[in-house]
Amino acid sequence: MRDIIRMIVVLGILAAVSGFALWGVKTGTAAKIEYQQLKFVKGPAIKDILEGCSNDPLVDRFKIKDGEVERGFYVGVFDGKANAVAYETSGKGFGGDIGVMVGVNLETDELRGMGVTTHAETPGLGSRAKDDPSFRAQFKGLSINEPFKVKPDGGQIDAVSGATITSRGVCQGVTDSAKFYTRLKPQIVEQARAFAK
Amino acid sequence: MAKTIVQEFTKGLWEEIPPFRLVLGLCPVLAVTKTVANGIGMGVAATFVLVCSNILVSMLRKIIPGQVRVPCFIIIIATFVVVVELVMQAVAYPLFLQLGIFIPLIVVNCIILGRAEAFASKNPLAASIADGLGIGVGFTISLGVLAGIREAFGAGTISVPFSETVIQLFGPSFQPFTFMVEAPGAFVCLGLVLALMNLAGK
Repeated sequence: MRDIIRMIVVLGILAAVSGFALWGVKTGTAAKIEYQQLKFVKGPAIKDILEGCSNDPLVDRFKIKDGEVERGFYVGVFDGKANAVAYETSGKGFGGDIGVMVGVNLETDELRGMGVTTHAETPGLGSRAKDDPSFRAQFKGLSINEPFKVKPDGGQIDAVSGATITSRGVCQGVTDSAKFYTRLKPQIVEQARAFAK
Repeated sequence: MAKTIVQEFTKGLWEEIPPFRLVLGLCPVLAVTKTVANGIGMGVAATFVLVCSNILVSMLRKIIPGQVRVPCFIIIIATFVVVVELVMQAVAYPLFLQLGIFIPLIVVNCIILGRAEAFASKNPLAASIADGLGIGVGFTISLGVLAGIREAFGAGTISVPFSETVIQLFGPSFQPFTFMVEAPGAFVCLGLVLALMNLAGK
């Protein structure tokens, strides 16, 4: 009996100490990890979408609280006006969630571009949604307020061949994001204005 | 036969060098040695975990009850692995993306659990640190050598660890022997190095 208690106590203390230590490390590194992810995962997509802007969208960013979640927005300055933002949304893909970066022109509500950030799709098939520029280019210039659908679903987007589910997931992500974009638009415009030069 | 601290350290560099002498922990060895930078990065991460877990296991060896020693070792090892994972994300994110799943898999690396069970749980602190350091450095060297051979033949380059520099070895007319950077190449390479080491050890 005493042996059992000793085992439980030792294991319990060990687990508790380890839990606290990890909490400490996690809090200590959280800010740094966020910046690194920004630089290496989201950075390329944001730079691609907001190509030609005169500021650094990775620095000019803000967050808006949307109910439970906090959403990040990256501002692009064109012709001296902060008239574009990029933000991340997600859609359901074949192998899990797909992170989709969407860039919207604040004046016309048209998409400036779309890019995939994180995904777990099949290499060579679904992964082309991220790598194939002609798939991404189809989103450019479309209005955010229309639903995005792949052609087999009666929409306007040519799916990546062999990756209809992935393409559908991306479209779904962009369409869903229109809801919070519209809801938050007054706040977005106001906050973005601060970054105009 | 008691060994000195120095002997505990140096045995990891030749006599018991993993994975060639202790043929353990082959999964990361084969998977991450495509480039030198990845191999060394993996080696350093594993060394850190190995030394830290040896320290704690050795310090707690009289407190941990024999029946639950393996779960205790796993908790200790897993804690340090998550620390490595977080720190690597914070300071070397591209390396983290390259190594991916193999960082969390250090938890079940036989070398680390093996050293905890076979050595640190039976020996005092100083010897355990020396043992962990020796085995860890040996592991890093092995990964570096293996990765060096594979990268040099398979891609014609040597990537410098912890920087973005890549050295071109053979000039523009080099045709890469891509077999070496694929999975079967890893086995062939490992086998050849093992054979050479056996020959040298005779």
